[in-house]
Amino acid sequence: MEYILIVISAVFVNNIVLNQFLGVCPFLGVSNKISTAVGMGAAVIFVMTLSTLFTYLLQRYILDPLQIGFMQTVTFILVIAALVQMVEIILKKTSPALYQALGIFLPLITTNCAVLGVSILVVTKELSFGGAPAMLNLPQALVYTASMAAGFGLALILFAGLREQMELVGIPKPFRGVPIALITAGILALAFMGFSGIV
Amino acid sequence: MSKWKIITRGIIKENPTFVLVLGMCPTLGTTTSAINGMGMGLATTFVLMLSNYAISLLAGLIPSKIRIPAYVVVIAIFVTVVQLLMQAYVPALYQTLGLFIPLIVVNCIVLGRAEAFASKNKPVDSFFDGLGSGLGFTLSLTVLGIVRELLGSGSFFGLKLLSGDGILVFILAPGAFLVLGYLMVLFNKIKQA
Amino acid sequence: MAKESNFKNMVLTLFVICFCGSAVLGGAYLITQAPIASAQAEIINKALSGVLPVFDNNPSEEVYDMQIEGQTAKVYPALLNGAKAGIAVEVISTRGFGGPIQVLVGFFPDGTICNTALISHSETPGLGDKLDQRKSIFSLQFNGKNPKNFTLAVKKDGGQVDAITAATISSRAFCHAIDMAYKVFTEIDLQDGGQL
Repeated sequence: MEYILIVISAVFVNNIVLNQFLGVCPFLGVSNKISTAVGMGAAVIFVMTLSTLFTYLLQRYILDPLQIGFMQTVTFILVIAALVQMVEIILKKTSPALYQALGIFLPLITTNCAVLGVSILVVTKELSFGGAPAMLNLPQALVYTASMAAGFGLALILFAGLREQMELVGIPKPFRGVPIALITAGILALAFMGFSGIV
Repeated sequence: MSKWKIITRGIIKENPTFVLVLGMCPTLGTTTSAINGMGMGLATTFVLMLSNYAISLLAGLIPSKIRIPAYVVVIAIFVTVVQLLMQAYVPALYQTLGLFIPLIVVNCIVLGRAEAFASKNKPVDSFFDGLGSGLGFTLSLTVLGIVRELLGSGSFFGLKLLSGDGILVFILAPGAFLVLGYLMVLFNKIKQA
Repeated sequence: MAKESNFKNMVLTLFVICFCGSAVLGGAYLITQAPIASAQAEIINKALSGVLPVFDNNPSEEVYDMQIEGQTAKVYPALLNGAKAGIAVEVISTRGFGGPIQVLVGFFPDGTICNTALISHSETPGLGDKLDQRKSIFSLQFNGKNPKNFTLAVKKDGGQVDAITAATISSRAFCHAIDMAYKVFTEIDLQDGGQL
């Protein structure tokens, strides 16, 4: 039951892009077509969940016991960079088709603040879902991460749909490109605000 | 290129926020008030100056194939130093900026300047390039923060100008996107003129 | 320009960078450890002075835990010239609108509320965040009241508390937090044989 609450909260109520402002750069840059949005969303879900698995273990079993919490930023980003590199290499060898499909998205994920952001959130945030606030255990953390990534994908796909429609409309010159994208995102964020208070 | 030109280029012509559209996450996430935006901008500027300088010094020693991971580690080191310093000396700001401080590591501006400028130029020039881009970033964040704080809380840098509440949505998530979008339109119009 | 990208160079460079980096960070950590600890202690002490009557001991060093409704509450005893001057209780209520709210309540020895402080919350800015004393006078209405004869519920629920307009849930959560704190207080009172 509580897993459902985690999912709803992460995808809708505290949507990673429209509420927490993580992953905005790729959100603005990759969302012109629905097909690319789907590809990016899938790649992010995969990398984010995998990297959180490792950073969670790193925090719990190395950083916390040794009390070197200040090394968190450096070690986490190293883990993420290394992971993305490895995933790239493995994909190239085992599934060239998938590798081609994901294309340039994969290396871009390293600098996606959403990945590092969620990794840190998961080990520092105490969440309460109907009970006392507590740190997440590993299964909860993974569900939370996958849901956050799914929320990213959802926002991305919705946004891509909106932008595809906007291509067909005349937009005033100063608004073209990023400005109108931001304003649209703002309205989408307004819509998502309707979810607050559900969980 | 003169040092002065390097600095001013980062502020106007190649303003990270309005021209290069980099570093969007902290721009939207930390500008609920003018002082928060400014604090975030200054912390990032600090990292930019130091990491640009260090990377420029080390560029010749780093094999090209691993330069990106190497740069990222150097940046991460400086970000952690900033984290610790802020926690010790400005704890209130540290609490408010929260998650976005460690996220300076993946701020595209920092890695972007390191790759585009610092790795190919002299250390002192790189230092000033970091300063310029950082100041441009700080300026954008502060402006965005001022607008959002004025409209959303009716105050200016904490000084209450209007009695009662402002238009709440501006200090919430949608407001961030909307204000930045419209500010960009303004910037474009001014550039066109 | 850059060194040759063979395996040995790459590993060596990364290793050196990480090693030097860790040294720098370790050093920075050691230097900032004391200022960080004192900055954090200052925050707690400031909050405690704000909610408790005058005291001359160091409540933050004499803090102990108590269990209430399945959660851990922190109790800070305050003394003046060796006599009990009051108690501050820090509780977390999970009934906030946007998440748990952490409230510090200062009690006089007879259970009357001295002052309250909102330590942390995730309420909506402009609405629920009016629980914060710096943002509105909502929380002042609890001062000087004794929960013994003051119903800690919003008027809508038959209590005596004036809720924040359009932020009933946040107001309810705050009442719940004070109620939890009072329960801790009475428990301690009972344990001390009513000598508080």
